[in-house]
Amino acid sequence: MTGADGTAVLVGFARAAREAGVPAEAQRTQAMLAAADALGPADPAALYWAGRLTLCAEPDDLPRYDAAFARYFGAAAAPRRARTRTGPPRRPSVGFGADEAGTDAEPTATLTVRVSASAAETLRHRDVAALTDTERAEVRRLIALLAPATAPRPSRRYRPAPRGELDPAGTVREMLRAGGEPVRLARRTRRVRSRRLVLLIDVSGSMAPYSDALLRFAHAAVRRRPTRTEVFTVGTRLTRVTPALRARDPDVALTHAGRAIPDWRGGTRLGETLRAFLDRWGQRGTARQAVVVLASDGWERGDPALLGEQLARLSRLAYRVVWVNPHAGRVGYQPLTGGMVAALPHLDAFVAGHSLAALTELVGVIGDG
Amino acid sequence: MGSAFPVPESPAALAAALARTGYLADDGLATAGYLAIRLGRPVFLEGDAGVGKTSFATALAEATGATPIRLQCYEGLSAAQALYDWDFPRQLLHLQAVRAAGQDADPTALEAELYDRRFLLARPLLAALTTSPCVLLVDEIDRADDEFEAYLLEVLADAAVTVPELGRIVAEHPPVTVLTSNRTREVHDALKRRCLYHWLDHPDLDREIAIVRSRLPEVSARLAEQVAAATARMRTLELLKPPGVAEAIDWAAALDTLGATELTAELASATLGAVLKYREDTERVRAAAILDPGTDP
Repeated sequence: MTGADGTAVLVGFARAAREAGVPAEAQRTQAMLAAADALGPADPAALYWAGRLTLCAEPDDLPRYDAAFARYFGAAAAPRRARTRTGPPRRPSVGFGADEAGTDAEPTATLTVRVSASAAETLRHRDVAALTDTERAEVRRLIALLAPATAPRPSRRYRPAPRGELDPAGTVREMLRAGGEPVRLARRTRRVRSRRLVLLIDVSGSMAPYSDALLRFAHAAVRRRPTRTEVFTVGTRLTRVTPALRARDPDVALTHAGRAIPDWRGGTRLGETLRAFLDRWGQRGTARQAVVVLASDGWERGDPALLGEQLARLSRLAYRVVWVNPHAGRVGYQPLTGGMVAALPHLDAFVAGHSLAALTELVGVIGDG
Repeated sequence: MGSAFPVPESPAALAAALARTGYLADDGLATAGYLAIRLGRPVFLEGDAGVGKTSFATALAEATGATPIRLQCYEGLSAAQALYDWDFPRQLLHLQAVRAAGQDADPTALEAELYDRRFLLARPLLAALTTSPCVLLVDEIDRADDEFEAYLLEVLADAAVTVPELGRIVAEHPPVTVLTSNRTREVHDALKRRCLYHWLDHPDLDREIAIVRSRLPEVSARLAEQVAAATARMRTLELLKPPGVAEAIDWAAALDTLGATELTAELASATLGAVLKYREDTERVRAAAILDPGTDP
């Protein structure tokens, strides 16, 4: 597979794979060429593995790769049955580094906040579902200023400190410097780091008036702690939107997230999507000892018993489980929907999330303990 | 120091060598191993727990006669634990010894002596760079912090380490590296880009029977088949923790210890703890009546 023709064919294939959503950029393409070369004469199976081992980066890429391979080299060439994976593509295939508005948008935002401070006070308690366009724009700006983050806890790493427990290695190092005399005792203390924050946001039809505000809240959380926050949307499917939300500008981030979510305003099968989350992410570690926030109205179309069972599982894994229900902010609300009744015994906190004030309160709940 | 890594002729030859150690690799994994040796790229293995990610590295080392070196990752792993550390107590001892001997040593020479290679404690990464041929296993990289990942990337990319007091230590023959991850968090793309990515699936029924038999030659063929079939059916049940190959092997070993040559409902029920680790899963499997030998395919 050396000749110029072979290279052209393979580079063409890498391009086709990239269009199919496989992260086949230049470096990976080169690796594929080297791999195909090392494996010798063109044998479809060897070619398949050369590409799959070098171009793919996660399990979700595999079905896309298989499809692209079958399309490009003909279905007969693929040596392996296509994997049956029911999940949606969780990553948008578009890049997300665009922050055109990022640099000059911030000063404007702070300025506006100062000017309309008193107006903001009245806006704080308004239900986000019942806002005019101008008010909504204002609330969006204010949500972007929230900085939800979990409380710090001691990590396993140490750092030198003026007081704290004795640091044997550091002391010996100091002694060495002083020719063997223990002149100064080195001390150390644990570094702090925050718990993982996992947000699961319901984007089904019944939550439509609130999903925008909640996703913006999630964006603020991702911006605050990019590596310690994970955001998923739930509905009829589980979609991981963390990479999309890493864009600096909230509007750009939300557009990317919107493109990645296949089930906007669909139904709700919370139990099943929660199980998908726990199977594919949660139990492996994403939810372990994390603060998990589930934003939904609990209108479950599936079996509430399944939801209860999965929440019990989640509460055993997570440090805290917080349920945000925008309807809970209404006067006289009673958690009577099937999903809510099944969920309540397993929650550590139950809060409203319908207004800016309620979201600010949520920041406090997340930062607790 | 050491010799170059022996390069197998083809993926098939590597698979055969692995099979001789009792590890049955499929085409994809054998190709990944072969390319890792040929191209000097690390293999990045992901897959459910118990599908044989870690044992692949051990088998690869055994099959090629290389030294296995393992670095287990955990939260808080630091460079001093993964790469190298100075042996401060021994340095101090040396200093005292020189003083006791009453030598009027030249301070510069003494200082150079203190930072000699013999006072350097090689941790797994440095050991892997200075041993050849060797297979370096970086196990559960997703458990280490992101900072460590960046550090590992640097070491793997150059196959070299710079110790400020000693200078640069370059690997004569870079180690064949196997990284494993359980996907508890997403590993940075920059690291993955330098690796051969392979997703390990549960083996199909025939392969699983072969794996159980090759790992436990004393187990009867009938028992191996029944255990593999029952495990495969359990995986279709949406359990909290579907059993992996490791559990199937444990189960077969447990049954064999009890003197079983065939899987019966009572024996299976008594040894279920070897294969299922959650009460809910046990209940679900019992309810699905999978253990009834009458339901063999």
